[in-house]
Amino acid sequence: MREQDSVDESGDEPVTASMRPPDGGSDDPAEATWLARPRRSFREPRLSRGQVLAGILCGLLAFAAVVQIRARDAGSQLAGARESDLVVILDGVTGQAQRLEDERRDLQGARERLEFGADREQAALEQATERATTLGILAGTLAAKGPGVQLTIQDPAGKVDADTLLNALQELRDAGAEAIQLNALRLVASTDLLDVASGRILVDGTRIQPPYTFLVIGDPDTIATALNIPGGVLDVLAERDATGEVSKRPEVRVDAVRAPDPMPNSRASRSERGR
Amino acid sequence: MIAAIGLFIGVVAGLLVQPTVPLWLQPYLPIAVVAALDAVFGGLRAWSEGVFDDKVFVVSFVANVLIAAFVVFLGDQLGVGGQLSTGVVVVFGIRIFANAAAIRRHIFHA
Repeated sequence: MREQDSVDESGDEPVTASMRPPDGGSDDPAEATWLARPRRSFREPRLSRGQVLAGILCGLLAFAAVVQIRARDAGSQLAGARESDLVVILDGVTGQAQRLEDERRDLQGARERLEFGADREQAALEQATERATTLGILAGTLAAKGPGVQLTIQDPAGKVDADTLLNALQELRDAGAEAIQLNALRLVASTDLLDVASGRILVDGTRIQPPYTFLVIGDPDTIATALNIPGGVLDVLAERDATGEVSKRPEVRVDAVRAPDPMPNSRASRSERGR
Repeated sequence: MIAAIGLFIGVVAGLLVQPTVPLWLQPYLPIAVVAALDAVFGGLRAWSEGVFDDKVFVVSFVANVLIAAFVVFLGDQLGVGGQLSTGVVVVFGIRIFANAAAIRRHIFHA
């Protein structure tokens, strides 16, 4: 019955509108009609069995709603969750706890070695060397090797410009590349790529020729996937009549290094011991 | 009138008694509440249109609650309880809105 009414409702509207007083002044008669019924029902309640039953049901509903609201307030969010959701949440929490525990153990081990170890100096030196190596690879001052990919770009049409290569470089960085070499040049954070008039590209001031070969150290699967996504680097290359070929390698050697940029003005503000 | 008194008594009782929801009822209580809300809005609408009938109200109330709970129970048995309860809530939500709109039109003629 109610569903039917809701369908009829839109057709109903012009009728109700036409029932309004034509002068459009006061809505009093209309208000009287919808207020009249509640007034009457409060003045002279009918105590039929159905009415009482309806009242009891309303009471039950209010009771249940209040109980439910209080139950949600009292318990945590998890109290009302389903078994399958709980399993997923538990899984996530367990994994996180595991990772944090691992990290804690590593850090604690490092701290103990630094603090109490007989080979305190040795440990500090080891750590410092490790950091220097990491920084060296990042800054491009050290050669590096490891698993990675080789991306070879053939550009017979000469339509690959610095923008395209920069996009590729950015994609590689986003995919977690740790060390990148383009032809014989090491690419680092400060690397610049420039189009020059002759249609060639300057990388850090050095002219490079196609084919462009990126040697990349990083997780090969992640990087290959990142390059292959629709609309990604390889698609853009194809649009420019160039071909990109990605091959995963168990070991990639990034041999090109760059001299550290001299910093005439900066000095470390904190003396680094053990170095 | 009696319904309003019933609502009031229900709220007061819920606040005073503070029962804990039994575990087997926990997934069904919110659904049942939403289903009953739909019946109440439907009843309000019928009342505002002057066609309210206690019998229809009681039957639709009980049927709504039972069927909603049963559907969710069935969903739990089939392993899609979460999705089905979402579906039930969506359906009842739409109906509540439709009924509320009808009531609104009756009151404000807009």
